Amino acid sequence: MTVAPRTESPAASLIASRRAIFWERLREQVPIGLLALASWLIVAMLGIILGNIAWNGAGQLSWEFLTTAPRAGMTEGGIFPAIFGTVALVILMTIATVPIGVATAIYLREFVPGSNLAYAWARARAARQWRERLIGLGHVVEILFARATRAAVNNLAGVPSIVFGLFGLGFFVRFIGGGIDRLFYGGELTYGQPAIIWAALTLALLTLPVVIVSTDEALRAVPRELREASLALGATRWQTIWHVVLPEALPGILTGAILAVSRGAGEVAPVLFTGAAYFLPYLPSRLNDQFMELGYHVFILSTQSPDVEKTKPLLYGTVLVLLALTFALNAVGVLIRARVRRRLRARS
Amino acid sequence: MREGQNAREERWRRRSDRWAHRVIFVLSLTAIMTIVLIFIFIFREALPILTNPEIQREASLRHFFHPMEGPDLASRYMWQPVALVPKYSLIPLILGTLKTTLVALGIAAPLAIAAALYTSEFAPPRIRELIKPAIELLAGIPSVVLGFFALIVLATWMHRLFGFETRLNAITAGTALALALIPIIYTVSEDALNAVPRSLREASLALGATRWQTATRVVLPAASPGVFASLVLGFGRAVGETMIVLMASGNAAITSWRFTDSVRTLAATIAAELGEVVFGSPHYHVLFFIGALLFVVTFAVNSVGVYIIHRVQLRLRGER
Repeated sequence: MTVAPRTESPAASLIASRRAIFWERLREQVPIGLLALASWLIVAMLGIILGNIAWNGAGQLSWEFLTTAPRAGMTEGGIFPAIFGTVALVILMTIATVPIGVATAIYLREFVPGSNLAYAWARARAARQWRERLIGLGHVVEILFARATRAAVNNLAGVPSIVFGLFGLGFFVRFIGGGIDRLFYGGELTYGQPAIIWAALTLALLTLPVVIVSTDEALRAVPRELREASLALGATRWQTIWHVVLPEALPGILTGAILAVSRGAGEVAPVLFTGAAYFLPYLPSRLNDQFMELGYHVFILSTQSPDVEKTKPLLYGTVLVLLALTFALNAVGVLIRARVRRRLRARS
Repeated sequence: MREGQNAREERWRRRSDRWAHRVIFVLSLTAIMTIVLIFIFIFREALPILTNPEIQREASLRHFFHPMEGPDLASRYMWQPVALVPKYSLIPLILGTLKTTLVALGIAAPLAIAAALYTSEFAPPRIRELIKPAIELLAGIPSVVLGFFALIVLATWMHRLFGFETRLNAITAGTALALALIPIIYTVSEDALNAVPRSLREASLALGATRWQTATRVVLPAASPGVFASLVLGFGRAVGETMIVLMASGNAAITSWRFTDSVRTLAATIAAELGEVVFGSPHYHVLFFIGALLFVVTFAVNSVGVYIIHRVQLRLRGER
């Protein structure tokens, strides 16, 4: 059967339009497919990293590995001091960072009177009595302070971790620690040297934005009606916060704490000069002791080892433990956060 | 009796309210104080580079940027802080930082933006709920673990695949660094895409545009400031990232344009050298100067990124 090219037979036009649709679909689907490919490529990379570490590290995990100290120039033995040091470090950090972070978020969400600067300024100017005017100006200052704080939090989150390390060395170790030595120890080197407390405080400042942002989000998700009901019943602002708002916001605050711990446990650069030690024959027992840390241990084992092939199993084991610690916590945090966000979205 | 008790309780209530306010206010000063203190304490140690003639004889801005005598690029700009005559040219370090950052952004940006576009515009909900948390989890891997992976596994693979002269180089370090940038670029871009009002998409589809046309010619342009901000924030992170580059870049400060050479970045230099430096020596102050440089760059970059995001939010809420 031969069909002349220009015949307008119904069959031919049907085929032509089918073909056009086919090409159009192709032009539509191929780029979308490429996007999907890119997405799955990222997921695959995550899978490869985790798989590689789990595969090579799992065989290394044993009771002995987790509970003994390194031996023979770190080519044998376990990593107990590093686990202990990391946990102690993170606990100290949490004690410092959570109260400060939660307080900051409470201040920003609960105490700052509105966020409309122009309105507050106009009201302060329109006030008749000096007392009213003073209060109005106070509001203006508070709003400005809140804005500055939010900007500071945002910028703090972007400061490189190595700069935190420099800061920890210059401020905590040399300035504060050195100052304590001069004042109370007659200049004898006690706190003016790298120590677990300085590393923990440095990390606390580094993880502060994590806690603040999470808590802020959680406070925002608490419905205003709850606060208003509490205030209407005669509770003070603090009573409302303590008895009504904070219990409601607890999951979000917990998320912040968990994410902060996960972040802090994995950071190495800030503790390089503020307290982490290459190897210690004893566990840290005082605030001014140095400590071993899992992340630092990974760094040391993978870059300073005299025999890379021999330490490789140890290295994989250490990485797996570090990942289990940070990653498990992170996963829990992300899950709770997703739930909080869903609630927030359901409300708005 | 009952009256007195009530009055006392009332007083206590008022007082605790006032004190809570004060304590919380004082604690919330920490964020601002930290930024100010970082500024002061980093710059205090960096300042002798600009003011102290004793230090300046060995390390000053001229040493940092001015070329020395030499036959080729590498010998004109040298970073050799512990040589007999220390050489403090920052050019190789800056070049190294830019090279790794460029590689990292070059890999991370297309992947992360593509993934953001896919999950926000095309992916079925069930797949979206799989990809999104996975990428967020990538952000939870400590950078030292990424550095370890790059050093032990990735470097070997890439060495075999491409046959580099040096095993650890800008491309290897940049690839590992890309893994750290993907979550940032993805999250910020995805937020920006999601913030585009649905009415725009519906209008475009109603006019007969396909989903692909809608995504690339309506949604992406509308979200472009946010996507740009994600790249800016990614750049800031790449410049400041320490452990990954410290472990995977080879750490040789070579001034060259080749990406297959070993590199040393600004951040990695601080991490590698501050441990052994003599307190108060020119080298010590140079390292703090580099820290100050990093702080200023990331602070500026970050402020720009956050400002763009803030502007976009205001515009989409119709406030400006």
